[in-house]
Amino acid sequence: MKPIIFLLLGSAGIFAGEALSGAVEKQPLNMSAIIMFLIFVGATLGITYWAAKRTKTAKDFYTAGGGITGFQNGMAIAGDYMSAASFLGISALVYGKGYDGLIYSIGFLVGWPIILFMVAEQLRNLGKYTFADVASYRLRQTPIRTLAAFGSIATVILYLIAQMVGAGKLIQLLFGLEYEIAVVLVGVLMILYVTFGGMLATTWVQIIKAFLLLSGATFMAIAVMAHYNFNFETLFATAVEMKDVSIMAPGKLVSDPISAISLGIALMFGTAGLPHILMRFFTVSDAKEARKSVFYATGFIGYFYILTFIIGFGAIVMVFQNPQYLDLAKQAVDGGSPILGGDNMAAIHLSHAVGGDFFLGFISAVAFATILAVVSGLTLAGASAISHDLYASVLRKGKADGLMEMKVSKIATVILGIVAIYLGIAFEEQNIAFMVGLAFAIAASANFPILFLSMYWSKLTTRGALLGGSLGLLTAAVLVVLGPTVWVDFLGNAEAIFPYKYPALFSVSAAFIGIWFFSITDKSDTAAKEREAFEAQYIRAQTGIGAEGAVEH
Amino acid sequence: MKQEMVDRIKNDPDFIQLVTVRSKFAWTLTIVMLVIYFGFVLTIAFDPSILGTPLSAGSVTTVGIPVGVGVIISAFVLTGIYVRRANSEFDELTRRIKSKAKGEV
Repeated sequence: MKPIIFLLLGSAGIFAGEALSGAVEKQPLNMSAIIMFLIFVGATLGITYWAAKRTKTAKDFYTAGGGITGFQNGMAIAGDYMSAASFLGISALVYGKGYDGLIYSIGFLVGWPIILFMVAEQLRNLGKYTFADVASYRLRQTPIRTLAAFGSIATVILYLIAQMVGAGKLIQLLFGLEYEIAVVLVGVLMILYVTFGGMLATTWVQIIKAFLLLSGATFMAIAVMAHYNFNFETLFATAVEMKDVSIMAPGKLVSDPISAISLGIALMFGTAGLPHILMRFFTVSDAKEARKSVFYATGFIGYFYILTFIIGFGAIVMVFQNPQYLDLAKQAVDGGSPILGGDNMAAIHLSHAVGGDFFLGFISAVAFATILAVVSGLTLAGASAISHDLYASVLRKGKADGLMEMKVSKIATVILGIVAIYLGIAFEEQNIAFMVGLAFAIAASANFPILFLSMYWSKLTTRGALLGGSLGLLTAAVLVVLGPTVWVDFLGNAEAIFPYKYPALFSVSAAFIGIWFFSITDKSDTAAKEREAFEAQYIRAQTGIGAEGAVEH
Repeated sequence: MKQEMVDRIKNDPDFIQLVTVRSKFAWTLTIVMLVIYFGFVLTIAFDPSILGTPLSAGSVTTVGIPVGVGVIISAFVLTGIYVRRANSEFDELTRRIKSKAKGEV
């Protein structure tokens, strides 16, 4: 297997960790993991059955009735955001490169405070089911909803392919199942959770998964630290002895300032433009719970990244050069000390080193649960964009019957699930590392600028949002295609036309400038009305007067 | 929302105080977060050796470790600072604005 590190630091860019790409070897059937996984599936299907009985209206389906608490939602957001690829990928990156793993994880965290300060409460006060509700609040429904839905679906599908391919490979590694079976299994379970249990089941799958993942990772980190009497200096010193001193300092992850800034923008604004993340804010009762959600989510995610750092170093001292985990066949060919299954398995081997077969099974099952939670959230967000934005708002002009809308949403879920299974299998052998990067670039360059300016800028008009948002989306897509990750790594050309891996600095600027320019030059009557409508929207956004409430069951 | 209500709320001193104080606070915290994060990555881009310096002579732990963990903790602390003030001061102002608006919606 090509270690993930190669992809991360070599050519494919930072998002490869999220995509978990590269060839893997199938492992022998892992029984304890499969039993624990079956327990998880049984429990979550039980929850889905319970949730299905409580999911009667469209509001239940999209937002779990709006009655999730801030703490629960914070947990669910963390469960939505901490993917299996980030657990295994970041610990593998720390295992391989040390400090660079920490730099990488920090980028994925710092968007959260910005979401809290700028969008969380306003989003809750203005929206109902999707972020397009907010973006199109005072603008013309058809064009803005269509663009927002397109941005959502594009983001969801790209992210979903990356997760599906990662899932198939991971399950091959962990459980010894065939790739196709693994992908179909993930797709079918995700369709079951979402169509029957809607947001309520999805939320609880995410909460349980977050709890299991945080507990498992905490146990591993404590077990590692206990070996070194909870002294970091001793742990680091042992790790440096086994590798070399370079693991304690920044390596090649961030090299030039333009890339550093562009990557930061993609991660920050991209996180604030991911439809499945934004949708989670409609599941709580009011702005206060929305803000508490982000506080808890930031805490859980930050804590998780600190744990993965310790786990990565734990793997250096307990897995690296440990004959038990050495891939002898590979060592004979390539030399060095490769571990079985590749670097992505560092955390998995560590779980065996600290907790034996039983704990290995537990962590493998948690990794699978993690994938299910992430893909369910994505699918629900994609299905909502289709049913709520495209069907109910664009096609039916807001006059759709709630039950019919829910039905469309369930059909959309099944279709998205099938598409995800198909694409997951089709992209098995492809280098899909660019997909998560592209998803973040689109989220940052199309979704976020429209959402942000619709909340804060009174002079925004439909024309500005439509043209500027499309410009951002196109710029992001074109620059990713012409950049090193697609033009060179995917299409096999010798040199990239656009030199930077992360286009966000350019595409986000293009979106903001485009929206500004096409708004201020818009002299139409509707534009004047849209500007007038800002005051009422602003008051609702700031105070929550007139906002959607929770329903009682 | 009726136009009279919009006009009344936008001139409500509580509303004016809420939006000015909260915007200023939110922007300040945003800028603090941006400065911390971009300060961190640009340090790495321009001079990675700063973070690779040992904490003290003979130690393996580098300056980068507490700095990196510090960035993570700062993100959490900043959200905590915001939530604490919003839960008390901003929610009280919002409650007052809403109670005055009651019956008008």
